[in-house]
Amino acid sequence: MDGKIMSLRDQIRSFIFENFILEKPEDLVDDASLLEKGIMDSTGVLELVAFLESTYEINVEDEELIPENLDSIKNIVVYLERKLAQASKPKAGQASAAQA
Amino acid sequence: MLLQHFLENSARRTPDKVALVCRGERLTYDEINRKANQVAFLLRSQGIKRGDRVALFLDNSMESIISLFGILKADAVFLMLSSQLKAPKLAYILENSGARAFISDTGKLKSVSDVIRAARGLEAVILAGDKSRIEPALHRNVIAWPEMEGAPELQAAIRSANIDVDLASIIYTSGSTGNPKGVMLTHLNMVSAATSITTYLENVPEDIVINVLPLSFDYGLYQALMAFKFGGTLVLEKSFVFPYEIIKRMAEENVTGFPGVPTIFAILLQMKDLKKYDLSSLRYITNTAAALPVTHIQQIRETFPQARLYSMYGLTECKRVSYLPPEELDRRPDSVGRGMPNEEVWIVDDRGARLGPGATGELVVRGSNVMKGYWGDSETTDRVLKPGPLPGERVLYTGDLFRMDEEGYLYFVGRKDDMIKTRGERVSPKEVENALYAAEGVAEAAVLPVPDELLGSAIKAYIVRKDGAGLTDKQLLLHCKKMLEEFAIPKYFEFRDSLPKNASGKIDKLSLKAELQRPDRQN
Repeated sequence: MDGKIMSLRDQIRSFIFENFILEKPEDLVDDASLLEKGIMDSTGVLELVAFLESTYEINVEDEELIPENLDSIKNIVVYLERKLAQASKPKAGQASAAQA
Repeated sequence: MLLQHFLENSARRTPDKVALVCRGERLTYDEINRKANQVAFLLRSQGIKRGDRVALFLDNSMESIISLFGILKADAVFLMLSSQLKAPKLAYILENSGARAFISDTGKLKSVSDVIRAARGLEAVILAGDKSRIEPALHRNVIAWPEMEGAPELQAAIRSANIDVDLASIIYTSGSTGNPKGVMLTHLNMVSAATSITTYLENVPEDIVINVLPLSFDYGLYQALMAFKFGGTLVLEKSFVFPYEIIKRMAEENVTGFPGVPTIFAILLQMKDLKKYDLSSLRYITNTAAALPVTHIQQIRETFPQARLYSMYGLTECKRVSYLPPEELDRRPDSVGRGMPNEEVWIVDDRGARLGPGATGELVVRGSNVMKGYWGDSETTDRVLKPGPLPGERVLYTGDLFRMDEEGYLYFVGRKDDMIKTRGERVSPKEVENALYAAEGVAEAAVLPVPDELLGSAIKAYIVRKDGAGLTDKQLLLHCKKMLEEFAIPKYFEFRDSLPKNASGKIDKLSLKAELQRPDRQN
């Protein structure tokens, strides 16, 4: 741990790298559909949600389990920023991805 | 009666009724029938003859449904392949089946271009999707889907010569040798199964069925076939990855029927407040592929009190075997029911002698739903299709162990061989081991199932590295991803210095199994 604070985007990318083994890491562009690329499947989505909920202390509602929120790095980051802004105390990005 | 008559009859009876809802699009029976006629005409014009095999490599889509009926109308045999198939297996299937045409989507090209280029015997490649992504070098005869829809004179019905004992489809399923087996199904097989099932489900034209299962899986495929048979509406989804979308769709479309597998129900039951969605139109829910935990059965019934829940069992080789009448769920929640209409089942011992109630033995199935055999593999066919009561008839030895009670209700005990059931899919340990042996640095590999709450069984791989090989589980995972479908990829890897051997020098899986069962085991 070098104490550097990772951006949300980097934390999400890091989680995906660690947990969904990628044939071609360069496939992981921010707006690529994780589903179409076969990077994530139904159990993968559950893992992602569990990660988001525990790491960022948010509650992912059933209705938020949609591609617009979770199907690409870009979508996840935008969704996360919105959820964190809604919370009373927005948490600064933690270098916690390595724990995943 | 042929399978395509399901579509043609409904198109005659209710031409303007919505038959298919998919990704926001709606098509009537008449529209689908006409488009299927166009596909049939196109295939014939490309030299596809009676009995030829045509492979489909698509996600659940309008094109999948239209194509399969088009292939049937051309007297050809459709092969609905999983879009999750990796190149090696796809190549094997195309070669093994001798497929003459290949229907896919330009979005899939990246993973299969090499396979298409190398596939001998393909007369035509038909591609849906973005035309501009087609490379000329792909194949000498590539037809873009939109081109086919152009000519109105192609819409007339074409002449068909098939009768019901002709092949309608080959469904590839996992085989214990590691290579997939092509289950040959005649029109009679499939019409018979569809008739039995729609009878016990009491389907009516007003039924609206949602299908989230892959059409390459017979459970998913039959949702389309049966809906067209009874003249209902099919809501076709790609997958269950985003459950909220599915629930929303079910409410929007007033879905009456919901077929699922245990992993889908497990995900569904994790959603926080299902009761707030209006799913009052739901009248039946079905489960097969693996047993539903009794707690999940209870939760499903509580969440959807107005729906009837059917626990069922079957195998690709005969489509479906049994169903439990929902009123029996209180008394026998762990049973998969009795044989379906127009079918006979019994249990035998190792010598094939019939057993009475209470005894455990292999389940045998008799009926018109039983397959013709495995494509190009009479040896394996002869091991599962054995002589039945009448001269010349063959019955199916399922390889599944069951117990039957006094009233004929069946209880699943286990597999006779070592095939693994995970996520409702049948996986051959040999296939996974073959894939592992193909990886750099693997000296020995053994694959075993371990119980898993969500998956049924999870796959565990024991690996012995080659001397000096610094192989990691991440590397192996990456390797497996290239070779195997998602559900066949091991969840756990354990590296050992050596693996126990039995007297003949083979890896002793029984000993590994025993280790797993010891209370002090660490996973």
